[in-house]
Amino acid sequence: MLKRTLLGAAAALTLLTGAAQAQQPAQNLRIGLREDPDIMDPTLARTFVGRIVFASICDKLFDINEKLEIVPQLATGYRWEDPRTLLITLRQGVRFHDGETMDAEAVRYSLNRHLTMQGSFRRGEINTMESVEVVDPQTVRIRLTGPSAPFLSQLTDRAGMIVSPRAAEAAGRNFGARPVCAGPYRFVERVAQDRIVVERFPEYWNAENIHIQRITYLPIPDGTVRLANLQSGAIEMVQTIEPDDLATVRRNNRLRVEMSDELGYQSLTINIGNGPRAQTPMGQDVRVRQAFELALDRAAINQVVYEGVYTPTVQPLPPANPFHVAALRPEPRNVERARALLREAGLTPPVAVNMTVPNNPDLRQAAEVMQAMVREAGFDLRIQAMEFASSLQAAVRGDFEVYLLGWSGRVDPDGNTWTFIHSRGPQNDGRYSNPEVDRLLDEARVEVDVAKRRDLYAQAFQIAIRQDRSRIYLWHRKNIVVHTTRLSGFLNVPDGLIRPTGLRLQ
Amino acid sequence: MSVSVSTIRPPQSPARRALSAFLAHKLAMFGLLVVLVFVAGAVFAPYLAGADPIATSWSAIRKAPSAAHWFGTDENGRDVFARVLFGARASLAAGVIAVGGALLIGVPFGLIAGLAGGWVDAVISRVADAMLAVPFLILAIALAAFLGPALENAMLAIAISASPIFTRLARGMVQDAASQDYVEAARAMGNPPWRTAILHILPNIAPSLLVQATLSIAEAIIAEASLSFLGLGQQPPAPSWGSMLNSAQRFIENAPWLAIFPGGAIFILVLALNLVGDGLRDAMDPRAAKR
Amino acid sequence: MARWLLRRLGQILPTLLILSFGIFALQQLMPGDPALILAGEDRGDPQVLAQIRAELMLDRPLLEQYFHWLGRVLVGDFGFSWRIREPVSALILSKLPVTAQLASMSFLIALVIGIPAGVLSAVWKDKPADWGINAVALFGISTPNFWLGIMMIMFFSVHLGWLPPSGYVPLWEDPVQSLATTIMPAFVLGTGVASVLMRHTRAAMLTALSQDYVRTARAKGLMERVVVARHALRNALIPVVTLGTIEFGRLLAGAVLTEQIFSIPGFGKLVVDAVFNRDYPVVQGVVLVTALIFVTLSLIADILAMLVNPRLRAA
Repeated sequence: MLKRTLLGAAAALTLLTGAAQAQQPAQNLRIGLREDPDIMDPTLARTFVGRIVFASICDKLFDINEKLEIVPQLATGYRWEDPRTLLITLRQGVRFHDGETMDAEAVRYSLNRHLTMQGSFRRGEINTMESVEVVDPQTVRIRLTGPSAPFLSQLTDRAGMIVSPRAAEAAGRNFGARPVCAGPYRFVERVAQDRIVVERFPEYWNAENIHIQRITYLPIPDGTVRLANLQSGAIEMVQTIEPDDLATVRRNNRLRVEMSDELGYQSLTINIGNGPRAQTPMGQDVRVRQAFELALDRAAINQVVYEGVYTPTVQPLPPANPFHVAALRPEPRNVERARALLREAGLTPPVAVNMTVPNNPDLRQAAEVMQAMVREAGFDLRIQAMEFASSLQAAVRGDFEVYLLGWSGRVDPDGNTWTFIHSRGPQNDGRYSNPEVDRLLDEARVEVDVAKRRDLYAQAFQIAIRQDRSRIYLWHRKNIVVHTTRLSGFLNVPDGLIRPTGLRLQ
Repeated sequence: MSVSVSTIRPPQSPARRALSAFLAHKLAMFGLLVVLVFVAGAVFAPYLAGADPIATSWSAIRKAPSAAHWFGTDENGRDVFARVLFGARASLAAGVIAVGGALLIGVPFGLIAGLAGGWVDAVISRVADAMLAVPFLILAIALAAFLGPALENAMLAIAISASPIFTRLARGMVQDAASQDYVEAARAMGNPPWRTAILHILPNIAPSLLVQATLSIAEAIIAEASLSFLGLGQQPPAPSWGSMLNSAQRFIENAPWLAIFPGGAIFILVLALNLVGDGLRDAMDPRAAKR
Repeated sequence: MARWLLRRLGQILPTLLILSFGIFALQQLMPGDPALILAGEDRGDPQVLAQIRAELMLDRPLLEQYFHWLGRVLVGDFGFSWRIREPVSALILSKLPVTAQLASMSFLIALVIGIPAGVLSAVWKDKPADWGINAVALFGISTPNFWLGIMMIMFFSVHLGWLPPSGYVPLWEDPVQSLATTIMPAFVLGTGVASVLMRHTRAAMLTALSQDYVRTARAKGLMERVVVARHALRNALIPVVTLGTIEFGRLLAGAVLTEQIFSIPGFGKLVVDAVFNRDYPVVQGVVLVTALIFVTLSLIADILAMLVNPRLRAA
């Protein structure tokens, strides 16, 4: 009896095994994502993983390359007629997935949809846009309310995605359930929290460089399991892994790692002027903030928590960004000086500081490392773990002293600075305010000359970061894409997206 | 079934008989010893640990167990042995107090529902069903916001969410027990219902409650960790077994000892508590003693 | 019996009503403004926030929101997910079969292992086999699911290459592949529940075995196996039925961590994502379904208890 059961089990297992191995069609690229994307409507979408999927289904007017330079995609070129007027010429013979023609009218429709649709998340990105005119089927003219240096770069992301007007009109707010764009792949199906499937679009304008028939995006939240899928050949590529897993990947000669600095950063927001909780030594005395910063050893935190993979920083712009201020570097840790500064400020240790940390294992570990470091300088850092939604609300309401949080980053430096350190910046949760910094950031916003603009940012950082210590920038994370060696042609752009053009799977 | 409990006059009172039976129960005594060792470890942790549980060492990150660090070091270079010892404080408290609370809330309602029947039973039972349907996460987040971060609040959240299980368990068994002959007999002799409940039914349902309590303790210890991530429960750097397990998840391949030692501690504690529970069960069972 | 059943069914609606209001109130108490979450990186723009609040009726009084929602639900409209804009009913219907399959497989494993193990452990009380069974069961209880899950993936998927590491294939699409994707998570969940059932079966069996009627049966010379099967086990079932139905309900409500490890698109993940993103229409819909599950299972538990102990019918 027992023997028969065992035999049966063995037979069932063989059957299952065969099935597991048979599941490998050569022309299907399976990509593991760290979470399930939100709505697949370029106007309404918010998540980073969503952008990875958009990279295959929705082309944009412009794209960025490995050097973060703006290159044409659905556009073929642009020209500033004057600082407020942008003329864009469009690629000919481009079709949407529903067969409609992509022309100036479609661009006008899409940009207006991004600007005016209820609940649009693109409005903030392109609200300097006043109007879009169709000059001829291949040309549009965009008028801005004022000169804007970052405007063009917004068209390299979701705000520059052009949707099929016919499909968008028909679907209305449900467009995201079945997006119709002009990208290399067309949307096939989505099972929420399970998979998104896209299929090669034969009429794509650059179809000769699209070699893979089908891409399946699979959300696999657990990092270890994402890697296990890659190791066992159940997927061919993962969007990112944790730095701790790099050692495992490097031991495996069938896997290849591609790393790039992210566009954003992680930092400590300090409550300087947002409500009663700003009334702390940390919030009111720049010497205390300086002492805190001097007690941190960013390189050591990076080594302990992130295997030394991330890039320590003191500014919002990563080294790959053309506006990165090379002269602004982390100061060496100096506990003696930190203690002295606390004494100057008239404080006797331990100085209590509360830090809010979202519930994320690596941030929590980083917080614990900081806690140990600043203790040596006389701080009693108390960590308050908080679930993300609660912590966001606490930040907006000023119910925090120090908040450890990251920013995913933007191509244009304005997106990493104005929002956070301008006194009217919508995410300036600590309510830092310095008129001189405001003036410099406003000027940088309209300055088109790269060298002059970089200088403006350098001056703004000198005040906001070095002099006022309004925020403590910590490090730039890395996108760590891993794929099987059977895959080739991956273009490593610092925005961490996976562009299907040129990818080949053997 | 002519022999009803109240007519027997044993040489000892039932409580004393049970106590001596329990004390004679070798496995239970062994379990109790292990539990006491854990409690002693928690209480005297500062003298036993040999290392500071929150002292970090950047040169000894995730080192495997050795003579210097019996249980190895964790992701911040802290001594895992010391953290297991100190972690026992939070985890024992979370487990025992939370489940004690769940018993205190859950069992009386179960007894009332089972004995009273009718609409009282309907209300209590449906409330229990509804409570089981509320996601633990919502309760935990709401409590974290209102009561703030503290271990006691985590215990409260666990106690509330575990209580309907005890209500349902007690209710089902009370109904079953109440239909048995000896309870009918006790009733027929004019004992008031509450007296019947306490004297006759509780001892009969105690074994199952004990089993569930010891199982819930294991769950509570693990649940405390997820709560500490929501801002309830033990806050870093103070250790608890649950939060140690949680942070070990990232290193399950590269540093397996991070999960094995706190996990092993939970296992041994739960095993010991179950031995004690089984011993109590045997001791309280008036008829099983002579089996 | 029929009147009793009707009365029980009549309790369902008020339970759901009160619970749904309770959940509404609890959400109001929860920190974390849904508008802030939905606004994402535009959260600093008060206009955006006001617009989202107006659209979702978050600027209205709680009671108005509740009755608006209730009115829709009564005509079968559970609303749209705020986060992914899919109908809540569609989301629930797409997760329910997944979770039902996983829960059934897990529960089957739990029954097949847990109850026999409990009976044997009771029959062999204080013998090495009893200790062995108990040790294994308690190991199952105290082992976190993520640990067992990842160990299984490492061994069966990465090392041996027998099973897909994660993901899910629907039963009707490819039954074999579907079993392959669910067997590991079902085992992880099932063994946990098996331990619970085993411990309860053992305790209840021991109590039952020492009761007078079992002794009488023994004295009559009935074979030990008959005594165990017919008399003791039957009377030991009450706590096992209670706990079994609760555990099954918990499985149906979704096992978040296990789903997360194995990337199973089930109920648990849906709820947790909804709570973390303050996607309240989804939370409300899911809680209603879960409550229905628990109310039904507790009805089943009572019916099973009556079958086991016919005297309860009088009550």
